[in-house]
Amino acid sequence: MTLGGWAQIGLFVAVTLALAVPLGNYMARVYAGETVLLTRGLGGLERTVYRIVRVDATQGQSWKAYARSLLVFSLTGWLALYLILRTQTIHPLGGSAGTPFHSGGWDLTFNTVSSFVTNTNWQYYGGETTLTYFSQMVGLAVENFVSAAVGIVVAVALIRGIAARSGTSLGNFWADLIRTILYVLLPISFVAAVFLVSQGALQNLAHYVVATGPTGLRQTIAQGPVASQEAIKMLGTNGGGFFNVNSAHPFENPNGLTNFVEMVLVLVIPAGLVITYGKIVSSRRQGYAILATMLVLFVGAVTVAYAAEAHGSPAEHAAGLHTQAVSGSTGGNLEGKEQRFGIASSALFDVVTTVTSCGAVNSSLESYSGLGGTVAFANLSAGEVIFGGVGTGLYSMLLYVLLAVFIGGLMVGRTPELLGKKIDAGVVKLVSLGVLLTPLSALFSTALATATHAGRASISASATGPQGFSETFYAYLSQANNNGSAFAGYTGYVQPSAGNVGAHGVTFADLLGGATMLFARYVPILFALAVAGALVGKRVSPAGLGTMRTDNPTFVALLIGVIVLVGALTFFPALLLGPIVGALTGRVY
Amino acid sequence: MRRDLVRSALAVLTLTVLLGLGYPLIVTGVSQLILPHQANGELIRVDGRVVGSARIGQSFAGNPRYFQSRPSATAPADNPAATTFSNLGPNASATEREIAGNIRAYLKLEGPFLAGLHASEVPVDAADSSASGIDPDISLANARIQAHRVAAVRHLRPSAVTALIASSMDGRPLGIFGEPGVNVLELNLAVDRTGG
Repeated sequence: MTLGGWAQIGLFVAVTLALAVPLGNYMARVYAGETVLLTRGLGGLERTVYRIVRVDATQGQSWKAYARSLLVFSLTGWLALYLILRTQTIHPLGGSAGTPFHSGGWDLTFNTVSSFVTNTNWQYYGGETTLTYFSQMVGLAVENFVSAAVGIVVAVALIRGIAARSGTSLGNFWADLIRTILYVLLPISFVAAVFLVSQGALQNLAHYVVATGPTGLRQTIAQGPVASQEAIKMLGTNGGGFFNVNSAHPFENPNGLTNFVEMVLVLVIPAGLVITYGKIVSSRRQGYAILATMLVLFVGAVTVAYAAEAHGSPAEHAAGLHTQAVSGSTGGNLEGKEQRFGIASSALFDVVTTVTSCGAVNSSLESYSGLGGTVAFANLSAGEVIFGGVGTGLYSMLLYVLLAVFIGGLMVGRTPELLGKKIDAGVVKLVSLGVLLTPLSALFSTALATATHAGRASISASATGPQGFSETFYAYLSQANNNGSAFAGYTGYVQPSAGNVGAHGVTFADLLGGATMLFARYVPILFALAVAGALVGKRVSPAGLGTMRTDNPTFVALLIGVIVLVGALTFFPALLLGPIVGALTGRVY
Repeated sequence: MRRDLVRSALAVLTLTVLLGLGYPLIVTGVSQLILPHQANGELIRVDGRVVGSARIGQSFAGNPRYFQSRPSATAPADNPAATTFSNLGPNASATEREIAGNIRAYLKLEGPFLAGLHASEVPVDAADSSASGIDPDISLANARIQAHRVAAVRHLRPSAVTALIASSMDGRPLGIFGEPGVNVLELNLAVDRTGG
C-alpha cells in the first residue's frame, strides 16, 4: 500500500460527494417538473417526444398504471433488442473486416438481451469478436440509457409515495422516463464521451486496422464507436463493455484519469439520488443519514480490498514471486490487473462497480486474492444498497429503511413510522418480500447450477478447489443483483475462433442466468411500486416525543446493522464454501 | 393496456433514433472534427506505414533486441482483435505454474546480462498476466532490468537506453491518478531510432 494509493481513494470520495450534492438538487427540480437551465435547449425536444409518444406529461398514474407502463415498455424494448441482435448479417456499419458478424444463437441472445434490458449487462460474449457496430450503438447503447432511466424512475416514484400528502398518483412514467434521459443521462454522457476521447478512447466507425510492428509481426486492432458507449455504460451503472475485457481495455479506459472519471460517473447518480430524496421529502437530514450509511460500508469495503490486493496471492507466493513494493514497482497481486492502474485504482474500481449494479471491471475479478474477491461477494450480498445501481440502489435502500424502522419500532415498543407515515403490517409484508426475493433467486439458481451436470459444464478448467464454486456462485449472485461483473472463467458461450460461426451458447447457463436477471429485476420493482402505492395516500401524523428519529447516528447504526444482518444471514453459508475458504488458506489447489 | 403497447412501440422507436443513432453519431462527428488522432486510436506510423497504436501493447517475444511486454492471455499474445483475461484464480495450481514459468523465462532472458538477478527481484508486472492482454505499459523496475539486455545486444551505452526509458514514460495524469508505466512500443521505436 502506498500513500499515493490512499490519496487517490480519499480524493475519489471527496470529488464524488462534491458533485453528487448539486446533481441531486438538480434532479429534484427535474422530477418536480420545474424549468431548469437545459429546458431552454431541450424543452422543444421534450415536447416533441411527448407528442410522438402521445403522452400527457401532467397526467398522474396510480402505482398499478405506473407499473403496467413500465413493464410493457420494458418488454417492447426486450423484443426490439432481440430482433436487432438476431439480424446481424443485414446490419449496416459492419465493422470488423467489412462484412458483419453472424448473429449469436437464440440462447446466448436471450441471455444478452435480458442482461441489457435489466441493467445487468452480464456478458457471455466478447464485443469485438461477435457484435456489429450497429448492434452496439443502436441495440445495446439504447438499452444502456433506457434501463438506467427505468431504474431511476422507480426510485422517484417511491420517493413520491413517501413524500405525498394525499391522492394516489406516483407521477407519470413516460414523463419521468423521458425527462431522466433528456435532462440527466444524455447531457452528462455527451460531455463525458468527448472527454474520454480526448484522453485516448476510440470513437469511429472504421474497419479494424492492420498494423505491422517493428519486428514484422502483424496485429489487427479493433475499432468502433467506443467512447459514446463507455460514457453511458458507466453513468447508467450498466457495465457492458464494448470490448471483451471491458474497462481494462486501453481504448475504453486509456489512463489513470479516465479511470477516475469513470468511477465518478458510476457513483454520482446513485449518491445524488439520495440528496434528491432528502430534498423531495423536505428533510435533507433524511438523505444525509442514508448517505452516511452508504459511505461507512463503502469505505470499509475499499480498505479491505486495497489491503488484500497489495498483499499478493497464495499462487504468487508459491511461485516464488516477491510482492512487496520496490523502487519502480508497486508490487501486489498484479495478475489480471493493468500496469497503468496498479493496485489502488484497480481495487477502488472493483469496489465502486460491485457496490453499485454497474459491474464494469478494469481488472480480472477471478484473479483477485481470496479476501479481495470476498469483498466483491460481500458487496453483492448487501443487495446493491451501498449506493447501488442508478435508482435501484435508492429504492432497495428505502426498503431497508422501512425494515429498519419496523425493527426499531418493535424494539422500543412504538408504532413504526417513517416521516409521519405509519408502517403497517401490509407494508412490512411487501417490504420483506421485496428485500428477500433477490437473495432467494441468487441462492436458488446457484444451487441448481451447482447440483446439475449441465450447470457445472460452465466452470472453467483452471478453477480448481473452492474456486469452481466461487465462479458459479458469483455468476448467479451477480445476475440476480443485476450487477453484471463476473468471475469470467464461468462460461455460457463456446467460441473456437473470432465470430459467431461455429460457436454455440451453453443453453443451461444462458437460460438460467437470463431468467434470474428478469425475475430479480422486475419482481422487486413491482414490490417497490406497491410499497409506494401503499404509502402514497397515508395520512401524515405530526412527530411527537415518542417518534423514533430516522435521521440521526443511532438510526444509521441500526440501518447498517439490518443490512449486514440480512446479507450475512442469507449468504454466509454459501460464502463459506467458496471465497472465504480461499481467503483463509495459503494453500494452492 | 393497448394504449401502453402503442406508446411503448413509439417510445422505443423514438428513443432508438435519438440515443442509438443521434447521440453516437454526433459524438463521432465532434470527435473526428476536434480530436481525430485520439478518436482513431492514436496510431503510430513509421515511413507512412502503421506500426501499431500508442495505447495498445504489442508482442516482441523471441526478439532480444527489444523490450518485452507483459505476459498476455490472448491468443496469440497481445491480440487486440480478441482480448481476454487469464481468469487464473488466486489459489489455483494453474496460476502458480503460469507465474513460475514466467519468472523462469524472464530470468533466462535477462540473467545473462544482469549478473546475480534472482527470482525475488523479478517485478510483479513481468510475472503476472495483464488484465486486457494488450497492456501497453511495463513498470519502471521492469524496464530498468531489461535495459541491460537491450543495451548489450545493440551495443549501446546503458545510460543512453536509460535516458530513452525516461522519455517513454506514461506518467500519472495530473501527478496522482493511476500508476506510472513505460510504454513498450514507444520505447522500442525510440531505441530503433538510435540506429543501434
